Amino acid sequence: MKHYNPMMIQSPSQTVGPYFAQGLLREGDQVFTNVLVSENTEGERIRIEGGVFDAEGRPIEDAMIEIWQANSHGRYNHPLDEQDKPLDPEFKGHGRASTDLNGNYWFETIKPGSVAGPHNKTQAPHINLIVFARGMLSHAFTRIYFEDEATNQNDPVLLSIEDQAHRNTLVARRKVADDVIIYRFDIHFQGEDETAFFDA
Amino acid sequence: MILKVKRYGPRDWKVHPPYLYEHYRSTPLRSPRKPLIPLTQTLSELTGPVYGHDAVQPGDSDLTTNAGRGGEAIGERIIVTGRVLEEDGRPVPNTLVEVWQANAAGRYPHKRDQHDAPHDPNFMGAGRCMTNDKGEYQFVSIRPGPYPWGNHYNAWRPSHIHYSLFGQAFVTRLVTQMYFPGDQLLPLDPIYNGIPDKKARQRLIARFAHDVSEPGRALGYRFDIVLRGREETPFEVRK
Repeated sequence: MKHYNPMMIQSPSQTVGPYFAQGLLREGDQVFTNVLVSENTEGERIRIEGGVFDAEGRPIEDAMIEIWQANSHGRYNHPLDEQDKPLDPEFKGHGRASTDLNGNYWFETIKPGSVAGPHNKTQAPHINLIVFARGMLSHAFTRIYFEDEATNQNDPVLLSIEDQAHRNTLVARRKVADDVIIYRFDIHFQGEDETAFFDA
Repeated sequence: MILKVKRYGPRDWKVHPPYLYEHYRSTPLRSPRKPLIPLTQTLSELTGPVYGHDAVQPGDSDLTTNAGRGGEAIGERIIVTGRVLEEDGRPVPNTLVEVWQANAAGRYPHKRDQHDAPHDPNFMGAGRCMTNDKGEYQFVSIRPGPYPWGNHYNAWRPSHIHYSLFGQAFVTRLVTQMYFPGDQLLPLDPIYNGIPDKKARQRLIARFAHDVSEPGRALGYRFDIVLRGREETPFEVRK
């Protein structure tokens, strides 16, 4: 960070509070939803679901989750991503959800393709995730990886987490129910299963 | 082919509140305890959702009328304007700003808000707008009331407006709150005081702006927001 000389102080983060839904997840809103796909989106349809748990293992009923991911070809819908891969106009890339009274959230999306990483390495397919909640003054960054991806073994970000159990908290578990491919990704703030969070 | 990209500077943890701040009593059970994993920013962090003008409908930025019931919200009418900037002072153009707030009596329309203060059917308490090419945004609203909460005995939140911003990358995401100058509740508020640096706290207090005020109609406030900025030296990614 040696060439970094900001002129101004960053605006500090503050909690999203308990009432974010009235502003950020309005009923009937088409802009911010937990469905990132249409009928014509390319790629393997998946459902991401999980719970958010506090230090005592109790579900958190007022957390907000946002995800950001590449499309099925491994390309982000953003001007900075100039990888030679197609865009998919039928894919949103970003989703927002709140947890319900049981602390659960879900997204309907597609499995992302792999994306270029640092040092000429390719990153394993992953979804970037932010957790916000009442009781969190600053948000937390993490990533969802997929248990059936062999390339996880070489992923530079996963490998940067030394403790294997801690690393495994980022790997979503796959199951198929009623023909729906489901990846389960629970988020734990503390305890043995504490999720690996990033200083991104 | 090689593409040169500038990474974003780090989250400044002298400025952003820590996850654990015991005076805010919800944090002990909701704070990560293991050290954060350092992450070298990749395309995943340097890109981010881009919401354009189609995310905003006409009227979305006037909270005094956007409940759409034909009436006007009750309260002290305000105009809040400002710029969204990166740390090096460069504006963030065409970025979505979302706000939400309590009504003039300090009540949210949310069903979980049980505070015994009246609802205002003409106030939805939420709005959206885009910054222009100079990074400027503007809302019209009413001044939100303070309200009691259960954090400690006789606890009251100072009047505040919640803000949500994306900036140009996944790592510039910011959710914060705007406060009003001279609010006597600020020194008592654990959410505000969770910000470690005193100068950084000031960053969240809007300035009264007589020149923004509209004669006979509304008082004006200026509130600038500073997001993380980019480093000077680009790094290379494969294209």
